[in-house]
Amino acid sequence: MTTLAARRVQVPLWLTVVVGSALWLVAWFLALPLSTWVAFDVLGLDQASQLGHAVAFFLFDVPKVLLLLTGIVTLVSFLRSFVSPEKVRAALAGRNAVVGTAAAAGFGIVTPFCSCSAVPLFIGFLEAGVPLGVTFAFLVASPMVNEVAIVLLWGLVGPQLTIAYVVAGLVVAVFAGLLIGRLGLERYVEDYVWKIRAGSIDVDFRPTLADRTRDAWRSTLDIVGRVWPYVIAGIGLGAVIHGFVPTELVVQIGGRGNPLAVPALVALGVPLYSNAAGTIPIIEALLGKGLPVGSALAFMMAITALSLPEMVILRKVMKPRLLATFVGVVAAGIVAIGYLFNLLAG
Amino acid sequence: MKVIEVLGPGCNNCQRLEANAREAVAQTGIEAEIRHVTDYAEIAQRGVMNTPGLVIDGRVVSTGKVVAPATIAVWLQEG
Repeated sequence: MTTLAARRVQVPLWLTVVVGSALWLVAWFLALPLSTWVAFDVLGLDQASQLGHAVAFFLFDVPKVLLLLTGIVTLVSFLRSFVSPEKVRAALAGRNAVVGTAAAAGFGIVTPFCSCSAVPLFIGFLEAGVPLGVTFAFLVASPMVNEVAIVLLWGLVGPQLTIAYVVAGLVVAVFAGLLIGRLGLERYVEDYVWKIRAGSIDVDFRPTLADRTRDAWRSTLDIVGRVWPYVIAGIGLGAVIHGFVPTELVVQIGGRGNPLAVPALVALGVPLYSNAAGTIPIIEALLGKGLPVGSALAFMMAITALSLPEMVILRKVMKPRLLATFVGVVAAGIVAIGYLFNLLAG
Repeated sequence: MKVIEVLGPGCNNCQRLEANAREAVAQTGIEAEIRHVTDYAEIAQRGVMNTPGLVIDGRVVSTGKVVAPATIAVWLQEG
């Protein structure tokens, strides 16, 4: 152990955190002046031209979003290290339907969960006596209200729509949970699930604050390392839309005049899963071109909540009828949110 | 001889945890067998809800994290 530790140069962790945060702030405040300088002085683009507008937009948004992602994801990962699915499960077991479902949706926001954990989580919850509806509320909320989507929405579209997205996501999760709980679909859970005697574990390794910080930074590098190409591609495409796509076209296809726009966008969102990073910049550009708010919200929720790979994985624990009900209820909830917001904003 | 088990359906993080475990074994020179458990029922039976889980000699030491090789090495030497 000593040989392993001795090989690393020991910089105190607090110093790394302070210097890192300072660098982050400097980069944050330099992003706007630098991007305008590069676009209009170095590249000599005309401030009034479409091309100049598109390039400046791209040069400013890319560093802004990547910085926001790095900062917020580190913070969220650190805070998340205090919440585990085990703690959530213990808090949810034996609650009544309404309280449990609302709590499960709330926990979904703060609990780490990747789609490959969906099955063990599903089994673990049910075995511990968490009702089926409550488990579903968690399964819906957790991927939908995730930090990458929230950061991109906040940074690119603004706080109002971000809050609308989070609230709408929780409403859909609670609605799906309560409805599925009511329908009494327990018999459509694959039979072997009920036969498993899930063990409980007691991980006695207590991470220190330094461990948590290091873990948070590692998972941030991991997440940002995975999504940055999509962010850049998405913002690039968004810049093209900003500069060149005519508003009339967007309004004509995706506008309120086309009643099929919301369900069509929801269907389109399913195969785009895990690409919230790449699609939100495009949605932002389309919003600027007159895409109604409700349609945009429904599209984003479909991207994060309904995913083809997750459905394939969940099929292992759910009979087709339960899986279809789950997908149908969530899709219906999202479409309803889309229409509602289009109506309210119109 | 130690037994290290990586619990996970085979997603990206599980693969990386397995690679880290191999590296830890190589670093420490401890004799160990590495198994990858992909069966959902078995993963659930071990009480792991957040994959990947890491088990050393039957004891779950971590869940939901890609643990660094150095940390796994410490755990291997402790036990």
